[in-house]
Amino acid sequence: MKIGRRGFLSFVIGGAAGTALSPLPWKLMDDSSIWTQMWPWTPVPEDGEASYVNSVCTLCPGHCGITVRKIDNRAVKIEGMKGHPVNNGGICLLGLSGLQLLYGPMRVKTPLKRTGKRGQGQWEKISWNDAVSEVVEKLRDIRSEGHPQTVGFISGFDRGTVSRLFERFLTAYGSPNFMRMPSVRDSYELAQYLMQGVQALPGFDFENSDFVLSFGSGLIDGWGSPVRMSRVHSAWQSAGVKVIQIEPRLSNTAAKSDKWIPINPGTEGALAMGLAHVIVKESLYDADFIENNVEGFFDWKNLVIDKYSPDTVASITGIDSRTIVVLARGFANASKPLAVCGRGNGTTPVNIDECMAVHALNALVGNIHKKGGVWAVSEPDYINWPEIEMDAKAAAGMQHERLDGAGSKTYPFTRYLLPRLPETIDPGEKNPLQALFVSGANPLYTHPDTQAVRNAFDKIPLVVSFSSYMDETAQNADLILPNHIYLERYEEVPTPAGMIEPVIGLSRPVVEPQFNTRHVGDVILQMAKGLGGSVAKTFPWDSYDSCLKETLGDLWNYLIDKGFWSNTGAMPPFFGTSYETASGKFELINKDNGSIPQFKPVSIEGDEKDYPLLLIPYDSMRLACGFIGDPPFVMKTVEDSILKGKDVFVELNPKTARNQGLREGQRVVLTTPKGKAEVKVHLFEGIMPGLVALPRGLGHTGWDEYLAGKGINFNTLIGPVEDPDSGLDAAWGIRAKLEKA
Amino acid sequence: MKEGRTHKRFQKFGMVIDLDKCTGCGSCMVACMAENNVPFRKDESNKLLSITWMRVYKLTNGMPFPETDVCYLPRPCMQCAGQHEGHSPCVSVCPAIATDYSMESGIVSQIYTRCFGCRYCMASCPYHARYFNWWDPIWPDGMEKYLSPNVSPRMRGVVEKCSFCFHRYQRAKDRAYMEGRRELQEDEYQTACTQACPAGAITFGDLNNPKHAVSEMVEPDPKHSGRPKNPNAFRLLERLGTNPKVYYLSSREWVRRAGDNYLKNEKKVKKPVHHG
Ligand code: SF4
Ligand code: SF4
Ligand code: SF4
Repeated sequence: MKIGRRGFLSFVIGGAAGTALSPLPWKLMDDSSIWTQMWPWTPVPEDGEASYVNSVCTLCPGHCGITVRKIDNRAVKIEGMKGHPVNNGGICLLGLSGLQLLYGPMRVKTPLKRTGKRGQGQWEKISWNDAVSEVVEKLRDIRSEGHPQTVGFISGFDRGTVSRLFERFLTAYGSPNFMRMPSVRDSYELAQYLMQGVQALPGFDFENSDFVLSFGSGLIDGWGSPVRMSRVHSAWQSAGVKVIQIEPRLSNTAAKSDKWIPINPGTEGALAMGLAHVIVKESLYDADFIENNVEGFFDWKNLVIDKYSPDTVASITGIDSRTIVVLARGFANASKPLAVCGRGNGTTPVNIDECMAVHALNALVGNIHKKGGVWAVSEPDYINWPEIEMDAKAAAGMQHERLDGAGSKTYPFTRYLLPRLPETIDPGEKNPLQALFVSGANPLYTHPDTQAVRNAFDKIPLVVSFSSYMDETAQNADLILPNHIYLERYEEVPTPAGMIEPVIGLSRPVVEPQFNTRHVGDVILQMAKGLGGSVAKTFPWDSYDSCLKETLGDLWNYLIDKGFWSNTGAMPPFFGTSYETASGKFELINKDNGSIPQFKPVSIEGDEKDYPLLLIPYDSMRLACGFIGDPPFVMKTVEDSILKGKDVFVELNPKTARNQGLREGQRVVLTTPKGKAEVKVHLFEGIMPGLVALPRGLGHTGWDEYLAGKGINFNTLIGPVEDPDSGLDAAWGIRAKLEKA
Repeated sequence: MKEGRTHKRFQKFGMVIDLDKCTGCGSCMVACMAENNVPFRKDESNKLLSITWMRVYKLTNGMPFPETDVCYLPRPCMQCAGQHEGHSPCVSVCPAIATDYSMESGIVSQIYTRCFGCRYCMASCPYHARYFNWWDPIWPDGMEKYLSPNVSPRMRGVVEKCSFCFHRYQRAKDRAYMEGRRELQEDEYQTACTQACPAGAITFGDLNNPKHAVSEMVEPDPKHSGRPKNPNAFRLLERLGTNPKVYYLSSREWVRRAGDNYLKNEKKVKKPVHHG
């Protein structure tokens, strides 16, 4: 859609009738009066040739297609890309604010080296060559001492060429410690692995289901690919799809659902088992599917019948037994029902029992790999790189267990367990982590028990951040090697979170890099070259761009031309081959490790005597709580019942407030076993009595003055609670108390 | 010179916002800010001072737990036509003709250089759609690069508001003229919020054109100043007679009632009578 703007302007001005009818003169008069009045302090944006560039937004795992409008070499507006399979023209508010990140004050403009103490904010500029040499030297020392496994890498993402380069680098160097940021994907991956025997992405065919049962998933509050989910939600509204939301607080998702069923927090898994009880007892399950595709049904059936009667479940969940029965029948009798879990926006895992119980519901109604069901989506397979060159040091390093315990004897099937890292960083002996790289992640903000994580980081001799922005992790690093932001670099982005159709998008430079930044892929290649030997040989590419081009092959031109590739009409995996379990079926009982869907309560921190209330987080599209913080525009949308000045409000049921002797707007101290913070009270009828809710996404210390210092970071008030079966962080809340300030 | 003025058809651009679909995500607010060079300040939590041409309000039904319900309501400028086309509350009070009603498009304009900041219009607008620039806009160093040349940044002392992205109308018209066309296709002129809304909750078009989706959705009744015939549709503060061009759809009765001020014991919204 390229039009010579200047061309038609002159035409219009030339045509008398056109001018008479056109509003253009008004506009020109308006403009000229502005210019003649000369307000020197108000910028007059320069006009120029308009053009459009198609790319992909990677600010969240949604991976929407974007079209960026440019005036000469300035990017002036980001819009959703029409015809894109994820968002078809729509775009979220964070994606819309991308240019504030591009041109904003939160950018790290050049490589920086810490001069003061960690976190003091004293930096000196350093050249790229010096910065990379410094890192290489340190890495060479660690390796020659024979401890390559003490180098770790935390990445926000683990798919696509950039993440694969990180992993490849670590492997060739000799460390198994590549760690992905936690999310509900961890739980789903593990559940799918245990029940279906596959390592795959969880995909949900929401577009085609007719009854959606959500165990607290904020389906329109940022869960999965947010714009896709908004579109799905509208389609549900038009088609009259039943959506049932189960959670203790009236989220936007709950408000928009057909029925909101409040539940005692943390008992979602029990409800799933109770529903299974009714479905099994009343023989509402898909007998065909169970018979042909499911293993272990009879054993599980006994467990379900024995232990999860509606009355028992009612006493655990607080939902009356009649509702449980009706809900189970509604779910089982729908033609394409779908059950889904993952609280809020899904950036925290749920315990494996809960995930398996919910997944088992889907199996009961036979909607695994069916239209409107849950799919194990395989990755598009386009990265075929030569074997990694492993010298003896690398081979020895790779023999070590991962520091986070993933893949260990205790947690053999879990892939990443980042929240366990802090406790393994032992100050006593020689630190098992000598150097840590962080990219596309902000663990010092997003990790539960932020203070403990920070203490752990303080003990790591070298912390290198690749962040483009001055986030909390960058603030506390030794070196910042700033990456180009997504609008300045090439990167292919595979299948967005939760989609069933494989999509590959291409992020491409919309504008020249604005500052002295460098593509993180290039920095990795440079580091490998600097180390020499087998590590260097593992990376035969001159630059990241050439690596990407070569990797994509024919796909490159296709992506350059169209912006994305998608396999629309992707077919569900063929049944015979889609279960790679020992039995070749969907296993309700995994014989290898005995895992079986059931309900095991997560014991959250704090005792009721000292902490009479329960603190839970909540998520909103208007508060980014991942590795990106709210840009100024997004901050403008935050309601004054959430943030006023620097004060954040906690939500409290008026009944709870009355019991505690508190009123609207009152300043209180919120204390948990992990921390203390001053907040204000906001009365909200939509929250279960006895609970306190605090939004995630505030309380930053990094970024810019538009975001920093406002509100409280939820993660400073909560710690991880390890799920004994999977090692995943299963904390859904923490006990708390409120006192008048 | 291809056609005379005789074929001139007045348009009445309007908007229908489906509150069942709206998720309250706030994209429309930001799309508007990004499109229209809306400034921002360090603290935007005082909503009386925070300039948001499009603002999404949160409505609650006021019922106790667990009967509570919430609905979001996006509020642009309603582009009120008034009882007699052109008598918008704000236009009628402006001493400087800085704000005017366009008979051609039905859009209420705001000409910043004429505005001297008396703020009568703000007082007269029942929808709080107008904002005053108490300060000069300041963009952090370098950020002014993203400013659009299509919309003039405003200065201290003037009032601003949603323009239905009027510059997009101009742009679309310019393009159509260049191609020798007089009429715009429905999708040629769409506001930034409409385009961005992830939920597709906003529909924009010409209320005078019965074929446009907006007309089909709400069935405006020309005999009753455009009051909607669709029972699920309503306008904000209908009884003030401001004759707004923004319509809302909701299947929830309490939401429709929240759109106007009713006496406590007043019964259901009176449905407009259908005149054959
Ligand atoms: S939903 Fe995610 S990927 Fe899409 S525009 Fe928003 S931030 Fe970007
Ligand atoms: S962008 Fe759409 S869904 Fe989001 S708040 Fe605005 S109207 Fe509602
Ligand atoms: S909504 Fe307010 S500003 Fe807009 S036309 Fe009506 S009175 Fe004027």
